Amino acid sequence: MLALVGGLLLPGVFLPVAASAETITVKVSKLAFVPASVTAKIGDTIEWANADFVDHTATATDKAFDVKLPAGKTGSVTLSQAGTFPYFCRVHPMMKGTIAVTE
Amino acid sequence: MKSLNRLGIALAGLMLTTGLGVAAETAKLTDPQIAHIAYTADNVDIEAAKLALKTSKTKAVQDFAENMIRDHEAVNKQALALVAKLKVTPEDNPTSQALTKQAAATQAHLATLKGAAFDKAYVDNEVAYHHAVNGALETTLIPATQSAELKDLLTTGLKIFKGHEEHARMVAGKLK
Repeated sequence: MLALVGGLLLPGVFLPVAASAETITVKVSKLAFVPASVTAKIGDTIEWANADFVDHTATATDKAFDVKLPAGKTGSVTLSQAGTFPYFCRVHPMMKGTIAVTE
Repeated sequence: MKSLNRLGIALAGLMLTTGLGVAAETAKLTDPQIAHIAYTADNVDIEAAKLALKTSKTKAVQDFAENMIRDHEAVNKQALALVAKLKVTPEDNPTSQALTKQAAATQAHLATLKGAAFDKAYVDNEVAYHHAVNGALETTLIPATQSAELKDLLTTGLKIFKGHEEHARMVAGKLK
């Protein structure tokens, strides 16, 4: 399960110590996620920076997360589970990306 | 009803391509004309989406229509800012007129429908309309555009509208 930043983490769910946690930025530009594929560790945060003038979303294919990315704004998700998470933009479904999360 | 609807879609595609074909043959489209066509095409889709918001009770259709209004208004805002910057005055032309005329016919037809019949006709038309506009942008409008900035905006617009076409196909698939 992935928890939205700013959202509530379930009580009793402890993320690894943040000392080594990183924020990985994915640029959203000209209707594409750049880079389309990123590798991260549990506890890392993916931050999407939408440089387009239209709103996008980063929506996990398995619905694990659904982050709104308003035009010119950022949105993020903190990774709490290992696995490969394909995602897309609900408004422009040909925009696709993948997050590979390792322990 | 189904065959009528198909006919409408076929006509929409035909008129759009024919209109563009005629315009392209008789005189090369100018940037002011291309800007007018793009703006008109955006507004056609916004008006259809407004009708969908009023008529449809289906969440997937309403969400799609809201996305169409937001995106096409965003594109138009960019387009208006750009033409102002470039000191280009959009110029009415036969292609814009054909688009407007066809859109009025489509709106009138959609306005007679309700429920599942409306949802299907609206979404099918969205697929066909975006497909026709995207084809026109790709093969006629973008290659004819002189201004690099306008070309860039239309190219981004094309990517946005290809997204809409795919989204519309997904919604159409859900309605079946």
